[in-house]
Amino acid sequence: MPESTQSQLFDEKDNIAYQVRIEAFEGPLALLLHLIKKNEVDIYNIPMAAISRQYLDYLDVMQELNLDVAGEFLVMASTLIQIKSQMLLPQITDPALDDDRIEDPRAELVRRLLDYERYRDASILLAARDVLERDVFARNFVSAEFDAFPAEETLPEIEIFELVDAFRRILAKAPRESFHEVGSENISIADRISDILEFLQGKEAVEFEELFAGSNTREYIVASLLAVLELCRLRMIRILQFETYGRILVKNAVIQSADTVME
Amino acid sequence: MNAAAIKKIVESILFVVDTPLSLDRICTILEEFGRDDIRMAIDAITNDCNCQERGIELVQVAGGYQFRSRPEFADYIRRLKKAKPARFTPSALETLAIIAYRQPLTRAEIEYLRGVDSGGILKSLLDKKLIRIIGKKDIPGKPLIYGTTREFMETFNLKDLASLPTLREIEELAESDSDDEQAPLPLLEAE
Repeated sequence: MPESTQSQLFDEKDNIAYQVRIEAFEGPLALLLHLIKKNEVDIYNIPMAAISRQYLDYLDVMQELNLDVAGEFLVMASTLIQIKSQMLLPQITDPALDDDRIEDPRAELVRRLLDYERYRDASILLAARDVLERDVFARNFVSAEFDAFPAEETLPEIEIFELVDAFRRILAKAPRESFHEVGSENISIADRISDILEFLQGKEAVEFEELFAGSNTREYIVASLLAVLELCRLRMIRILQFETYGRILVKNAVIQSADTVME
Repeated sequence: MNAAAIKKIVESILFVVDTPLSLDRICTILEEFGRDDIRMAIDAITNDCNCQERGIELVQVAGGYQFRSRPEFADYIRRLKKAKPARFTPSALETLAIIAYRQPLTRAEIEYLRGVDSGGILKSLLDKKLIRIIGKKDIPGKPLIYGTTREFMETFNLKDLASLPTLREIEELAESDSDDEQAPLPLLEAE
């Protein structure tokens, strides 16, 4: 039975290995495609149990961070579980139809995945074209988009998932909660925001990890991350990374613009 | 007037204008010359740029002709510009690709294909004038339908929508490097 042989691909060792990385997924379909490719399973015969489990493990991490994106990911999770349970039920043929070919419960999902993959590939081709104002230039072409961006150095900004990845590394260093501890220190995000701003004061840039050095309780770390994200949203800091999986730097955006004015 | 003179006139117009100029438009401007002569002039200019090792080329884009710098000199030209080169997020590109191939379509159709809420991205693409609202679909709720713009073709160096790679080409490409989804895409040199 293909389901059982494919399931052997997903033993505990593999689970530990894949937990190391969280990549940038644009949505549940991108995540599912990634899991299918990574496990080298046939897209037309997806091992639902194993893929659903890995999918839900990713969601756990995302939920721990309280990311908004989890909404659509949850809808897909319930779809996966529905398909999985449908496949466990005996298939009832409708005698009225006199047709014992029943559509695989996975069929619609497979269609969506293939469609999605095709458009994602198309988008990669689009980006590979000679883009105006990036690869080729014409006389005096100023589109609205380029007006909006002020001149800046060209450090690439990083994706949220790389931040998640860094956060996981920090969390992994934190000790497991101890059970005898009673009561909790209340660390507010507001406090962490002002702490971080103070910490960044007068510094060119600090490493992402440094912002979590104050304590290693989960509460502190989570509050710190939320503070970083909030500051980023308010455009008070900027988060940069020079290379994939490289160091993540946090810069004080406010100070930087003040400097520019003084120059 | 001889062909060489017409060529110089057409070239001067194409040099000055800051948007792609269609053949029709050039013919309206140069009403005293024949359409065939103008077409030949354009071909001659295109050929000159390609043969004489020039830094610019005459490209067909968004239904017209425009002088553009050659892609290999992008690094040098960027020194002139204050702005960062255009950067599109994968989400924005995905949404653009779906609209480009499936237009006209509604937000709900885009979101079904992508599996995620796309309201924010649609708004930003509208702001950048890469897509536009074409009208309303005649179904309950009368949802808005979206399509790409001339700016989209200008930005992505497309002669017209038909010159997008076909979905079959994309599938073939996907099959050839399906083992490595990160592989760089060898395309678009073929033109």
